[in-house]
Amino acid sequence: MLQINNLHVKIADEDKVILRGLNLKVAKGEVAAIMGPNGSGKSTLSYVIAGKPDYEVTDGEVLLDGVNILEMAPDERAAAGLFLAFQYPMEIPGVATMTFLKAAMNAQRKQRGQAELTTPEFIKRVNAAAELLGIPKDMLRRPLNVGFSGGEKKRMEILQMTLLEPKMSVMDETDSGLDIDALKIVAEGVNARRDPEHGFLVITHYQRLLDYIKPDTVHVMSRGLIVKTGGPELALELEANGYRDYQSAA
Amino acid sequence: MPAIQETIDQVKAIDVSEYKYGFVTDVEMEKPAKGLTEDTVRYISSRKNEPAWMLEWRLDAFRRWKTMTEPTWARVSYPQIDFQDIYYYAAPKMNGAPKSLDEVDPAILDAYKKLGIPLREQEILAGVEPQNRVAVDAVFDSVSVVTTFRAELAKAGVIFCSISDALQEHPELVRKYIGSVVPVTDNYYATLNSAVFTDGSFVYIPKGVRCPMELSTYFRINEKNTGQFERTLIIAEEGAYVSYLEGCTAPQRDENQLHAAVVELVTMDDAEIKYSTVQNWYPGDANGKGGIYNFVTKRGDCRGKNSKISWTQVETGSAITWKYPSVILRGEGSRGEFYSIAVSNGMQQVDSGTKMIHLGKNTTSRIISKGISAGRSQNTYRGLVSAHRKATNARNFTNCDSLLIGNQCGAHTVPYIESKTSTATFEHEATTSKISEDQLFYCMQRGLSAEESTALIVNGFVKDVLQQLPMEFAVEAQKLISISLEGSVG
Repeated sequence: MLQINNLHVKIADEDKVILRGLNLKVAKGEVAAIMGPNGSGKSTLSYVIAGKPDYEVTDGEVLLDGVNILEMAPDERAAAGLFLAFQYPMEIPGVATMTFLKAAMNAQRKQRGQAELTTPEFIKRVNAAAELLGIPKDMLRRPLNVGFSGGEKKRMEILQMTLLEPKMSVMDETDSGLDIDALKIVAEGVNARRDPEHGFLVITHYQRLLDYIKPDTVHVMSRGLIVKTGGPELALELEANGYRDYQSAA
Repeated sequence: MPAIQETIDQVKAIDVSEYKYGFVTDVEMEKPAKGLTEDTVRYISSRKNEPAWMLEWRLDAFRRWKTMTEPTWARVSYPQIDFQDIYYYAAPKMNGAPKSLDEVDPAILDAYKKLGIPLREQEILAGVEPQNRVAVDAVFDSVSVVTTFRAELAKAGVIFCSISDALQEHPELVRKYIGSVVPVTDNYYATLNSAVFTDGSFVYIPKGVRCPMELSTYFRINEKNTGQFERTLIIAEEGAYVSYLEGCTAPQRDENQLHAAVVELVTMDDAEIKYSTVQNWYPGDANGKGGIYNFVTKRGDCRGKNSKISWTQVETGSAITWKYPSVILRGEGSRGEFYSIAVSNGMQQVDSGTKMIHLGKNTTSRIISKGISAGRSQNTYRGLVSAHRKATNARNFTNCDSLLIGNQCGAHTVPYIESKTSTATFEHEATTSKISEDQLFYCMQRGLSAEESTALIVNGFVKDVLQQLPMEFAVEAQKLISISLEGSVG
């Protein structure tokens, strides 16, 4: 489903190289975790997959269902089924959350050649998803993410993921800034969307999130490369020993 | 990234030829020679068969105008205007005033049809709820060609007609109020307007009457090299209420054209006037060639106690906008409001804002201004809030926000605050922001195109003001803002 081959990335207009020939595969329905120390390039990887303009890909390819998405604009990648849960979701002042959700859902439907959702159908879907994530209705009327707490913003990301029904979701440090209750709610939201068609790439600094979202595969990233790949036990080993061994290995 | 880079390129290369109202109507016109002399003033007055006092008033204005100089304090630049190279009067040829729509040149009716302005009452009546009806005064170059629903409004005691007709039918009302809010010598363009004004609307709402429908005037400049000098006067007697909307468009031409209007509003005790403008004059092309110079003086006088005047404007057109709709808060407890969205793109220059002049006790005012600059345009908010010695407990709240799209445009905020009483409370908030790449990326990650993302963010930015427009126009205004930013917005 997601396949990354020999990916080299530097910051646009600078010489700073961040990813140096990274390879990664996430199969259909797989939950893959990437763990790594700060500055290893985890967030850059998520941004490059989604198409953020600040980076320049100097070599390599990112395939989604066999199609190289690097030449596609961020909205085309979204319509192709890619979702990024942001570490720091943006505030959009003056735009009610409901308005934003409807615009996003219909924009993707339009790109895929589907008819727009009717208003009752839209509201039905939003209410069902919001209830699952414990998002109160008044929050949906407020401008998107404006004045939301860290936990509310992350829940809103999961709500969007649920409604947009992507086939590949990248979660960028979704656990950062969450207390344990919020973490459980977010993890439940992710687990509810696990299915054989939906792949996840869960990026995290700590093992803690993986207690609630059980990964199939764990990758260790350091200095712009995947340096080790294993099963869930690898995460526990990292928790016990830290990243020291891997920082020199790269 | 490709899409965002493309957006920036499109903004840079913005072609204002996206303007949708740039067509020219071919009508046989009557106009005197170019240039401005006492004879021009006499010609206009006699064409309109005006009373002698009106001619004297005009001539007095003309003589004073000759001693004045153009103001240069605004943050706009343009070549010297040759006031002798302008036609001051241009009217479609017809035998006397048309008595019904059937006597109006079909080409003109067709022009309004293209602009989407309903002039046939029967068509409007069919299928429209009475409370949603809009009466229209249609001004084509120098004359009003038709005013709809006059008879029905008259039943409620409301006078709604062109100012030319008002001078024939209600000269005493015009004489009492004209120049009483904007004095003849108020400023260079107002004085010029006083000498050569040609047409505009006249509204009179008698005591205790709530105007039964929205009133609107649609201004169209069609002729080449012609100045449009509009004069509008709206009076709301004690306890009266009216909501009025004006719209403006012009053909796409290479030469600059002048629109120098004067609008005066008067509210007596407990009366309210809500005045909305959707200004979409031709803005000129990408290189700043052509476009309307919109040099306008608009002022309201809250003459009575607890009266209220509210200006709402959506400014998207004109090469240069120089406009400060103001309120004189004379009556005790009166209230002034100014809600503005000013969008500039291409090479447009906007210097606009308001004046809230607190004279009476317990007067309040509120200013919400949203400036959006794109392309290579310059967008300035200039405002004055002042409190007279006797304006105890005056209150003002001002909020000026500027949004920049791209990196070649400018936003400027110039607030003046003067208080001569220690009991006044004036608050001023201002922000300048840029649509961030991060916000755009976030929206695009959710599937919105670069244009849709920008439109969504811009609409969020102007929401507070759009809510102030009469509902049926808010949707139009929203579309207009998107069209004006085309290239940066879809």
